Amino acid sequence: MPFFAYAAMFLILPAMTVMIGAFKSSDGGYTLDNVRAIVEAPNIRNAFWESIRISLTTALLGGLFGLLLAYAAIRKGTPNWVRSAYGTFSGVAANFGGIPLAFAFIATLGTIGIVTQLIQNVFGINIYQHGFAIWSRRGVELVYLYFQIPLMILVIAPAIDGLRAEWSEASSNLGASRWQYWRHIGMPVLFPSILGAVILLFGNSFAAYATAYSLTSGTALPLVPILIGNDLSGNVFANPHEGHALAFGMFVVLGAMMLFYIPLQRRASRWAK
Amino acid sequence: MRLRKPEIAPSAVVWLVLGAVYFLVPLLATLLFSLKDATTGKCCSLSAYGVILHDPQFWSTIKVSFRLALETIVIGLLLFVPTIYWVHLKLPRLRPVIGFLALVPFVVPPIILVVGLLEFYKDTLHAPFWFLAKPDLFLVGAYVILAFPYIYFSLDAGFRSIDVHTLTEASRNLGGSWRTTLGRVILPNIRVAALSGAFLTLAIVMGEFTIASLSAFHTFPTYLQYVNESQAYPAAAATLMSFGITWLAMLSILLVGRRGGQRTVRVGIGR
Repeated sequence: MPFFAYAAMFLILPAMTVMIGAFKSSDGGYTLDNVRAIVEAPNIRNAFWESIRISLTTALLGGLFGLLLAYAAIRKGTPNWVRSAYGTFSGVAANFGGIPLAFAFIATLGTIGIVTQLIQNVFGINIYQHGFAIWSRRGVELVYLYFQIPLMILVIAPAIDGLRAEWSEASSNLGASRWQYWRHIGMPVLFPSILGAVILLFGNSFAAYATAYSLTSGTALPLVPILIGNDLSGNVFANPHEGHALAFGMFVVLGAMMLFYIPLQRRASRWAK
Repeated sequence: MRLRKPEIAPSAVVWLVLGAVYFLVPLLATLLFSLKDATTGKCCSLSAYGVILHDPQFWSTIKVSFRLALETIVIGLLLFVPTIYWVHLKLPRLRPVIGFLALVPFVVPPIILVVGLLEFYKDTLHAPFWFLAKPDLFLVGAYVILAFPYIYFSLDAGFRSIDVHTLTEASRNLGGSWRTTLGRVILPNIRVAALSGAFLTLAIVMGEFTIASLSAFHTFPTYLQYVNESQAYPAAAATLMSFGITWLAMLSILLVGRRGGQRTVRVGIGR
């Protein structure tokens, strides 16, 4: 089938090239040095640490706020138009990101951003003198949340919808409090979905390149994808071994993530319908 | 007995308003930024939009990106529709295999894919220059892979909601060829799924920066980054136009989905 030939040519074989390249030395033989560099070379180790830190923070915060917003939008009493507005917006915003998103935040909280100047004029505080910068770790995290929260809302809304009203009614008829309902029914049912969604958010942020590149000009923050991009600039690897080690490490992290994600997804779908 | 209309919970109001502020302020700030004068930075003028609209590079890169998007959609649909149809009809055992392949692009994100493509075609295959230098070959080749999971999940849901076997048998028994069956019986029934996949692909390709920039092609997102680095106020105008394209593509999905009474789940892209 032409489909499998295509997938092999443009996905499988190029991916294998990177994987094999990670175990090749400059003279063509095989070696474990490149992989060892992931743990031993300080700049590579540091990049992984920064990437994991940002991904973990934005996955947890994005997961938390996304869950709260999805619940607030779906729960009984919230007008229908609010709910559909949030649904539609999340569908779009989860697909923002990249260069335009980075610039929207530069226009907001950059050195001459609208909000930066507003704070300066109203409160007389220059946030850039108080340790904030849009190209710092904090800044990048704030921008990533702009696509992480909507993604969480999109992924978790069907699971919240799946909590049946009968369950809450039955538990309150049996004398359970709201807390007991969430502790023994709501949370156990939702938990696999929430954990799965947070893992998805982690990978989403870990693999992101364009947004961080545009915010930091590729220099201010050493993230794994940024280093790979810098190594590759000019179309050839300036330092092929570092690039391969980084790509291999990324592949391992994202692969491990998928190994956790797939069984969780299966478990979460048990309560659907 | 009259049921009291349920009222909105106070904590829900707080969260929803905070969320709305966080999501709207950057858009509003970009709008205000774009209304500043392109040369003096004073409010309010449309000159920043003028700068962008009079820039021939804006038009040429947006044309390139749009052409690449159309090519990706055509190749993607030609490749995936018959495959998924055949798998649903004859080889259901292969469904998990394709479902697994659809998850591979999440483990091999654009930043790794571009490294692999450049190395594979340059160093391993020594592909000729005409292949590497043509965005329509190299970039579209990669973009079909990026679009694959989204088109696949959309089409798979579409095929599951129709009775592939009955439709095929009816058409074949009435003397329809395979081409007639696929083109005139199956395709109209999965039109909504195919259109959703197409619009999503459009949004992906119009926003894809990583692969285009690292393989040194000039597309709309790389133009946007170039303006960001050089001219602040026109960059805001260009950013809003780019948001507009994403909005249009995503709203089109909702519109065709609503008319067809079918919804598809989407997941983030293009970072």
